[in-house]
Amino acid sequence: MKKFAKYEEWFFKGLMYLSTLSIGLVLFVILFSVLYTGLPYLSWEMISSIPEGGYYYGKSGGILNAIIGSLYLSLGSTALAFIVGMPLAMFMNIHLVRNTKFVSGIRFILDLLWGVPSIVYGAFAFTIMIYFGLKTSLLAGIVTVSLFILPIVVRAIDEVLMTVPRGLFESALSLGSTKSEIAYRIMFKQCFPGIITAILLSFGRGIGDAASILFTTGYTDYIPTSLGEQTATLPLAIFFQLSSPIPEVRGRAYAASIILILIILIISLLSRYFTKRYEKNKINF
Amino acid sequence: MENPKIKIENLNLHFGNQHILKDVNLEIPKNKITVILGPSGCGKTTLLRTLNRLSELNTEAKIKGTIRIDGSDILNTNEDVTVIRKKMGLLAQRPYPLPMSIYNNVAYGLKISGRQKKKYLDKRIEHYLRQVNLWDEVKDRLKDPASALSIGQQQRLCLARGLAVDPQIILADEPTSALDPISSQMIEEKFVELSSNYTLVLVTHILRQARHIADHVVFMYLGEIVEQGSAKDFFENPQQERTKAYLQGQFY
Repeated sequence: MKKFAKYEEWFFKGLMYLSTLSIGLVLFVILFSVLYTGLPYLSWEMISSIPEGGYYYGKSGGILNAIIGSLYLSLGSTALAFIVGMPLAMFMNIHLVRNTKFVSGIRFILDLLWGVPSIVYGAFAFTIMIYFGLKTSLLAGIVTVSLFILPIVVRAIDEVLMTVPRGLFESALSLGSTKSEIAYRIMFKQCFPGIITAILLSFGRGIGDAASILFTTGYTDYIPTSLGEQTATLPLAIFFQLSSPIPEVRGRAYAASIILILIILIISLLSRYFTKRYEKNKINF
Repeated sequence: MENPKIKIENLNLHFGNQHILKDVNLEIPKNKITVILGPSGCGKTTLLRTLNRLSELNTEAKIKGTIRIDGSDILNTNEDVTVIRKKMGLLAQRPYPLPMSIYNNVAYGLKISGRQKKKYLDKRIEHYLRQVNLWDEVKDRLKDPASALSIGQQQRLCLARGLAVDPQIILADEPTSALDPISSQMIEEKFVELSSNYTLVLVTHILRQARHIADHVVFMYLGEIVEQGSAKDFFENPQQERTKAYLQGQFY
């Protein structure tokens, strides 16, 4: 045994404890500060009503418009990104199995897109909207956000599909399956929990992003009734209220943050629940 | 040999610069167990995987030559590769059950062939599970996931699943290497039983297994076929020096 092996072990163990502790601490501080500032302002009225006249000067009303708007926006864009992204991920891992160079090219491009800041997507969509003379709308926001979360969906599903052992793929092939049958009858089932995680990850990014929707969805005090209307969103509601000089309004910004966190919490608990129910068929290789 | 089930002529396979299969010429008899023997790395698994065209999934693979099944070439053909693969069941080194229930694992092959009626499926599934002696062990929990079975049971399930596609040939790549002795024996006995209706090609490095169940033996070394013949001739009267050395355990 090496002379310092014991101390080396202690050192790295300590390092791991330290990093675990600091991550936990950061999370705790964020949650604590948001709850401490926001909780006094959180009320049923805030969740259940839309802004009334003078709301942004501290008068009564709520941000139901932003809650509903954010849900519409993120559910719509997650669905859209999934519909486009899932087949791409399957295509890369199953149909292009012989074409490894092409696949690594696609992965490289997706990784680049993942790294592009969301404001760039917003600016890009904004340019196109101006070119076609389109106004800000829920639909424009959904498309922009889905563009921005698409690389996340595809790469996250891709990573899960890559964990499927080659033997399972080959067993399915030797049963005479076509590649599409493998994709949707076998890979989808085997990777279902991971796919849910991928969707959740992109949903979280979508609902929390302010930059990409700043120019594309606009803001309104009303709940949208069609895809063509402007829409309020929680990140922008937080942004606008936080820049107010009135303490009451700033406090509501924190309360809105609590609501945003709660939505993400509820969605992840729900998806955990549904994943558990379907996980039983997964084979642990 | 009269009417061989599989006839391989001048088969050469390269992975990149590596010459894996060298001028393989081979005839595999119908409804018999043919065992491919050889030390690891000799190309026996690659040969097996070339039969059902899994080798070509490797980007670097270059395959030349012909493989005829009942006289028709399966390498240089426009026939759909899924149709060719359905003619052959594959049993891998370790079981790879599908991520679904025990029932659906066996039903899978039938379902993708367009069989949907529940009554028909129920009957066939019982038939195939009985054929691999698994029915009594799983009949009360057909809806359970396949992952709940032991490895030995999973391998038998995989055999049943392969049989359900109604193949003519069963390819097995060291199918007992992950199994306990009792499960291994079960699989071996099953193979002997199945050989009256199916052509079996078994890759193994277990001499005892080969002696026990082979009708026909092929010995490969470094990508070449060194010797082939009936099991009796092969084990009792090997012709080649390398075969003798291998049988005496001088290399593995």
